[in-house]
Amino acid sequence: MTSLLPIDTLLIAACAWLAIGLLGLVAPRNTRFISKTLFPLGAMIGALVGSVALGSLGGPAQTAVLAIGLPDLPFHLRLDNLSAVFAMLLGFVSVGISVFAAGYFRKGEGTAPGLLCLEYHVFLASMLMVLLADDAYAFMVAWETMALSSFFLVTTDHRHEEIRRAGFLYLLIAHVGAIAILLCFGVMTGGAGDYSFAGMRAQQLSPFWASAAYLLALAGFGAKAGLVPLHVWLPEAHPAAPSPVSAMMSGVMLKTAIYGLLRVSFDLLHTTLWWWGVVALVVGLVTALFGVLYSTVQNDMKRLLAYSSIENIGLIAVGIGLTLIFHAYRMEALAALAMTAVLYHCLAHSAFKSLLFLCTGSVLHATRERSLGKLGGLIHRMPWVAWLALAGVIASAGLPPLSGFVSEWLLLQSFLFSPGLPHPWLNMVVPVAAALVVFVAALAGFAMVKFYGIIFLGQMREPGLKDAHDAGPWEKFGLVWLTLITLLLGILPSTVILRIDAATRQLLGTGLADKLHEHGWWMLAPISPERASYEPVIFLVTIAATLLLGRWLVRRLYHGRVRRTSAWDCGYYFQGPRAQDTAEGFSQPIRRIFEPMFRMERHFPTARDAAPYYSVKVEDHFWYWLYLPVARAAGWVSTLVVTLQGGRIAVYLMYSFITLLVLLLVARP
Amino acid sequence: MSSAIPFSAQLINLFAAVILLLAFAMLAQRRVVALINLFAMQGLTLCLSTLVVAVSTGQSHLYYSAGLTLLLKVLLLPWILHRLVRKLNVKSEVEALINIPTTMLVGLVLVMIAFNVALPISELSHTITRGTLGIALAVVMLAFLMMITRQKAITQVVGFLSMENGLFLAATSATYGMPMVVELGIALDVLVGVIILGVFFFQIRDQFDSLDIHHMERLKDN
Repeated sequence: MTSLLPIDTLLIAACAWLAIGLLGLVAPRNTRFISKTLFPLGAMIGALVGSVALGSLGGPAQTAVLAIGLPDLPFHLRLDNLSAVFAMLLGFVSVGISVFAAGYFRKGEGTAPGLLCLEYHVFLASMLMVLLADDAYAFMVAWETMALSSFFLVTTDHRHEEIRRAGFLYLLIAHVGAIAILLCFGVMTGGAGDYSFAGMRAQQLSPFWASAAYLLALAGFGAKAGLVPLHVWLPEAHPAAPSPVSAMMSGVMLKTAIYGLLRVSFDLLHTTLWWWGVVALVVGLVTALFGVLYSTVQNDMKRLLAYSSIENIGLIAVGIGLTLIFHAYRMEALAALAMTAVLYHCLAHSAFKSLLFLCTGSVLHATRERSLGKLGGLIHRMPWVAWLALAGVIASAGLPPLSGFVSEWLLLQSFLFSPGLPHPWLNMVVPVAAALVVFVAALAGFAMVKFYGIIFLGQMREPGLKDAHDAGPWEKFGLVWLTLITLLLGILPSTVILRIDAATRQLLGTGLADKLHEHGWWMLAPISPERASYEPVIFLVTIAATLLLGRWLVRRLYHGRVRRTSAWDCGYYFQGPRAQDTAEGFSQPIRRIFEPMFRMERHFPTARDAAPYYSVKVEDHFWYWLYLPVARAAGWVSTLVVTLQGGRIAVYLMYSFITLLVLLLVARP
Repeated sequence: MSSAIPFSAQLINLFAAVILLLAFAMLAQRRVVALINLFAMQGLTLCLSTLVVAVSTGQSHLYYSAGLTLLLKVLLLPWILHRLVRKLNVKSEVEALINIPTTMLVGLVLVMIAFNVALPISELSHTITRGTLGIALAVVMLAFLMMITRQKAITQVVGFLSMENGLFLAATSATYGMPMVVELGIALDVLVGVIILGVFFFQIRDQFDSLDIHHMERLKDN
């Protein structure tokens, strides 16, 4: 008996996910069975997927041909190192989310649990199939299944008008993107009609058509990933969806789009032009800046995280752009560095952003409140969630010793080598981009301080928050799992990079592994230790030692008693939790400094108001500058077209008749 | 000059001319019953013309076509239409959207266009019937014009059937008829179409108490 190949195991896992989903339909209202049996089963399969993908890293590519598909057009599948990295991400992150979901979904909320279970597991299986697909047909089928299943997940609470709107917007942009991807595949076949990826690799496209394919891929996958200006669905869909779904979409689904972009630009297309990288760099920078600025001014915790996801996708796109630039000039060692940063940021972001979204889910369940202005002081009531969220926040802010720092550090390291580019103009522009990336990282820190400080620290802004309860055991397990991944990615970067190096090597022909082998597992020195190195373990130990020492010293030297008393009240007789800094107030400096970047509707109280209030609503410029004009143009064209429909049969016949006459006269031989 | 044209071709041209004349007659005819009779006569002429082509060229499948035409367009469809007219009690005169003289003038222009368009095509053809291609096209257009200008649903069906006559004539004149399978298919389509439309007539009358199609203008969106 031949041993089971990894690709076969992954296929079986996808089928098992589908089977679990279908099992959910057997007893669609039995919440207990579904959440306590099926979701944990799905998590176990996720663990299997992750481990198999991890094990297959570094091995040769495996292919399989499925019997299903259209006649004479079977599904081609292939598991290579690039898909393995992303399958590993999908598997391991889904474990945490599935276990969390087991504790999260409860009776009587929106869609029946059985249906939810089906949609969720179809979503997982379709993402796995996207990663495994080796022809355009299988890819598009999986891609559209993914879009559809996630659409139904987003509209779980479909009784609310704005959630239906968010779902529609998501579906619309997903389809615009899918059309671009389809056209991209069409261009890459080069007219040969062979839609398998192997056939596309064999095509030698002219620079013009290769550029067309690349730009279409950037647009299509960018729509799914949330690159500006196709990002508008993201801040709408994420708050609308249940938290595990937001976590899955932000953590994993956005990465499938990155996977697609990497697959097309490095694997399927051979020629690389340097300006492709500049396009990705600029789009990524705009996306990152836009995302981070908007995330600082949000007052809804899930919207804040959604904009932060846009920012992270922007950083990933910057990394891809840099990789493309280096790759175009055949500076493969530096390209490998940037590519490692990209892959690492994908891994890091998927873990910490899922963690944060799940934390908001726990907060939402405990308080039924999404608005930051009505939260506060939850660390007293929800210590588990608060401390685990802290890990996610630190990683997201890009602080050492957690995962976000490693990838951003790698990205900046690769920027530092850009002066070596044989192109004077790029030499000038790329350092500016590096400065902007640093700026984005700083603002991301600001947004995270706001997120964490307003929700968990300070005093409770509403009396109802006293009844908040900590997360249940299932939810805790999910959060702890994702925290562990974040921690591992943070303190063992060399070990992780040695594993994912296989994907870099496959795409670029070289990797970082040789350089990393020279130093130990504790040290990350991508180019040489003299130039730059990072020792996360030493960092962690130092921080921990300093903290413990400081605490001990305070306890020892000071009297050790903690006394609670009221602070200096500045002469105001009223001092309650409402006097704390609000979410709006916290981000006011950013709103003021970057005023032209926002579209704000503000109401200021005046002295004569009987009931004075202050309100601010920040909206997206792109919505007014790009989407509404397009929508208005479509409406205008439609009203023109609708006048053709007069309702008179004679007129309808006349249209056909005139068409016939014109065709006869025009097409005369 | 005329001696160069064989007798059969002259006969075919004659029949084609009669068909065109009947098309004009239908365009001018106000009464529904007379209109159906004219349609039956057009079908008969078409059948005879097909027979002549069949005899003169020895294309045996054209005999079947001729038989099919006779059965369907001369006997069955006029009978169904007459029955419909009697049952639906459509006695009143056909009201035209445009008055008859104007329609006739437009029809004349259409015939000229049709001949003009068909000229280069018939030069490519090598059948003895190629001269009738222009006429066939003109019949199609006149039938179309009839569908546009008439108000009653039943006259539109007659117009539609007359258009099919024109297409059939075009097929015979350009390539000695379509393959038998296609012809059978079209014949069946026409039959089924008329039956379905007959059912619709009853529905329309029940709904609007009239067969006048301008009542259906209300059916459009917004």
